[in-house]
Amino acid sequence: MANKPDPDAKIELRGVHKRFGPKVVLDGIDLTVPKGESLVVIGGSGTGKSVMIKSVLGIVKPEQGEIFVDGQNVLKMDQSDREDTLRKFGMLFQGAALFDSLPVWENVAFGLIQGRRMKRKEAKEIAMDKLSKVGLGADVGELYPAELSGGMQKRVGLARAIAADPEIIFFDEPTTGLDPIMADVINELIVDSVKELGATTLSITHDMASARKIADKIAMIYRGKIIWAGSVEEVDKSGNEYVEQFINGRADGPIQMEVLKP
Amino acid sequence: MNFLAVIGRVVIATLAEIGKLSKFTWAAVTHIVRPPFFLRMLLQQMLRIGYFSLPVVALTAFFTGGALALQIHYGSSEFNSESLVATVVALGITRELGPVLGGLMVAGRVSAAIAAELGTMRVTEQIDALTTLSTNPYKYLVAPRIAAAVITLPLLVFVADIIGIMGGYVVATASLDFNAGVYLKNTINYIQDNGVTSGLIKAAVFGFIIALMGCFHGFNSKGGAQGVGRATTNAVVSASILILAANYVMTSLLFAK
Repeated sequence: MANKPDPDAKIELRGVHKRFGPKVVLDGIDLTVPKGESLVVIGGSGTGKSVMIKSVLGIVKPEQGEIFVDGQNVLKMDQSDREDTLRKFGMLFQGAALFDSLPVWENVAFGLIQGRRMKRKEAKEIAMDKLSKVGLGADVGELYPAELSGGMQKRVGLARAIAADPEIIFFDEPTTGLDPIMADVINELIVDSVKELGATTLSITHDMASARKIADKIAMIYRGKIIWAGSVEEVDKSGNEYVEQFINGRADGPIQMEVLKP
Repeated sequence: MNFLAVIGRVVIATLAEIGKLSKFTWAAVTHIVRPPFFLRMLLQQMLRIGYFSLPVVALTAFFTGGALALQIHYGSSEFNSESLVATVVALGITRELGPVLGGLMVAGRVSAAIAAELGTMRVTEQIDALTTLSTNPYKYLVAPRIAAAVITLPLLVFVADIIGIMGGYVVATASLDFNAGVYLKNTINYIQDNGVTSGLIKAAVFGFIIALMGCFHGFNSKGGAQGVGRATTNAVVSASILILAANYVMTSLLFAK
């Protein structure tokens, strides 16, 4: 455990454990996201995907293990180093998590105005530019999040995630709740914007179409552990019956849902 | 055995809650005094917590002052000491009823609103989103609300004092045939001798309790609409009880002879 962090890794998790009361959510996660690559973690609901991402961000505090970002153990940092590290991150939330009290442009500019103390006028220009990158016009900038459709909210969320040109972007179920066409639009926007920024990304999803589109590498999480990892091409011939069951979406297999049969 | 287990569980849960609240309070207070400050948020919250509570607090104070004048008149007329009405109205309003009833009304209005707003932000991940945007949620959400409540509650109660005394004055002069000049003179004498500071100190403490309870329960809400509803109820109930308890403690300390 005392090994040096991997120098090629942007993010590295080692033996991360987290439990909520008696429920073990992360049971020794080991995961490496290499610099500039896009890793997608697939897995069913309730397997610990979100908790894993929130551990890296420091929203959830693991009981055990190490998490390195650029070789620095974020679990041992004090408040101000931690806040500096967070500046490297952008995140697209599952429900977009837009601030409903603020207009769209201010949502996108939020990290710039509040987090980085940029002038509002300057930040607004950047926000409008980022909105146009996700295919939204200047008129949308003046609306409030509640006035937008789900797909538009996701796009605003994406614009907000990339507004401060982060080095690392997290995507939490980027396509959940969207129709297949809008889902693909979001996937393409993610691929394009990540390429433009040269960012490292970590995504979690259970949408295989999305995973294939945005991933360089895929890892599968099951019961709080990473049970398989490999490149996108390898996922179809993984030889792992858990992965095969998941990507083919079958009810029978080693993964048993807790469903009472009638 | 089972009975003991129940007691144990309740005690542990209570202590855990107190611990959580203490940590939250500490985090909130340290973030109020340390930069960066979100001035825009502070002003916005002062407007929402203070200014928009004015009608509620003013109406409460007016009717309370009026009722107080009536009651004291009934009581004091039995001993032919009606001249006490002005003094006792002023004392009752500025020391107890102004801060306590004002505090309770604002607790109902503001604690609930804060808990519902922050609770919804919690369950829709907006609070987590703040963290990912390099903004500390304690600084951005909690600190401005608490500071705004501590600043505006004394101002609100000051207004309530004036309107409450006015309520007593209107009832005394209009329906109890008091001499307006004498009534006012008695009131002014009381206030010159005693001041209203004790009530305003109480108000600041109540403001702290109101915002803290709203933020605490909102911040820790979970589980969708029902969780937010529960957070709102808990915020109002706990704020109200804490206000009444704190009021007793402060009365016994401030007026200890």
